[in-house]
Amino acid sequence: MSQNGHVETGTARVKRGLAEMLKGGVIMDVVTPDQAEIAQEAGAVAVMALERVPADIRAQGGVARMSDPSLVKAIMGAVSIPVMAKCRIGHFVEAQILEALGIDYIDESEVLTPADEENHVDKWQFKIPFVCGARNLGEALRRISEGAAMVRTKGEAGTGDVVEAVRHMRSVSQGIRRLQGLRGDELASAAKELGASLELVREVATTGKLPVVNFSAGGIATPADAALMMQLGCDGNFVGSGIFKSGDPLRRAKAIVQATTYFDKPEILAEVSEGLGEPMVGISTRSLRPEELLAGRGV
Amino acid sequence: MSAVKVGILALQGDVREHRQVLESLGVEVRQVRLAAELEGLSGLVIPGGESTTMSRLIQRFDLLGPLQEAFAGGLAALTTCAGTILAAREIRDGLPDQVRLELLDIVVRRNAFGRQRESAEVLLEVPAVGSEPVPVAFIRAPAIEEVGPGVEVLASYRDEPAAVRQGRHLALTFHPEITGDPRLHRLFLSGL
Repeated sequence: MSQNGHVETGTARVKRGLAEMLKGGVIMDVVTPDQAEIAQEAGAVAVMALERVPADIRAQGGVARMSDPSLVKAIMGAVSIPVMAKCRIGHFVEAQILEALGIDYIDESEVLTPADEENHVDKWQFKIPFVCGARNLGEALRRISEGAAMVRTKGEAGTGDVVEAVRHMRSVSQGIRRLQGLRGDELASAAKELGASLELVREVATTGKLPVVNFSAGGIATPADAALMMQLGCDGNFVGSGIFKSGDPLRRAKAIVQATTYFDKPEILAEVSEGLGEPMVGISTRSLRPEELLAGRGV
Repeated sequence: MSAVKVGILALQGDVREHRQVLESLGVEVRQVRLAAELEGLSGLVIPGGESTTMSRLIQRFDLLGPLQEAFAGGLAALTTCAGTILAAREIRDGLPDQVRLELLDIVVRRNAFGRQRESAEVLLEVPAVGSEPVPVAFIRAPAIEEVGPGVEVLASYRDEPAAVRQGRHLALTFHPEITGDPRLHRLFLSGL
């Protein structure tokens, strides 16, 4: 390295930078190395290594935790695209273990049972980047302040119902537009209301966007859902149960990848949506009891 | 406004960051997702992202032929990271049927430095753009392991070529666009 100057790993820029490279892509939940290979073949930009997809976590109940490291390692060994894995909200030791495994991104996720109802992981302490869920601008900015290098909507995971992801994406965008319309001397009060730092609020008011990439997640099950979220302004899509709980995962996965790229071309969307077989069955979020909703975890 | 029209292959990846750098240099930029959008361009940026994803989309939407035709007709490429993988003559550690544009006589290995924890910000010496080092990011970066006789090496990282030029094509294994230093984009534009 004699001809080069300074080299620094684990900086905010390289953490946020990997998320920049995932833009316009689809990150797919997988529970086996075989599924990871199918996802890669379909054109996923990354996979999320899990023991159970959210629909099964929802159906089976109990405490949902970080996956067994042997499964995470097997999935990392099966594909050459980035591999993400989930830790429980606030469970910084699960995060340390995932970092030690050399995972590419950690999702501090409300889909798992929270380990701490007050505090999230201090994500600045890690060299590996984190993504976190958010229902609105305040949550997004709080997670970024804690060191998240990427955010996503929470949606309502494991339902196949896109309604909550739409609500959360619109809520973040509306929050940003509102800040842009405020006078400088009104931003301190807005920051207080959002529970976020004034510095970050000022930055968003000036640039009109979050300082990190914002994906959609939670209930995306069809190519049309994926394109809807893109047209609402997200940078890319996480698809959880929607692919491997459907009748023809490879075909559906490819179609969702294609729809994410050509999100504003209805002729292409029509073509890729044809003959995909059975979608995941789905549960209307309206039919869930309040204690069954995951999105309220980790505010 | 310059008459030079530059496209960015916008199938997936950090299109926005390239657009910002190019627009800051006064260039008219067009996103390219369809063959017809290649018409009238003098340069095409193939951005960072996931090379296997871009490869699948190029195959599915029959873009390989139109891209090859456009390059044969004089289109120049600026490629970063995943883009450089697509531009190579040979890809190591790729998918068996991954698309190769063969724009430069280089052999590229994917994820050559390891996983995300090896990703780094680097002050890279690129004498062709000035004596001041260029701040860049290597993110799950590939390495250029072999270069043909017609390929000029402009910069190296960890003893492997990291920036190379062949004819009007400029291929980088790193990202100058996410740090925003415009000098490598300017070098590319000066050759159009």
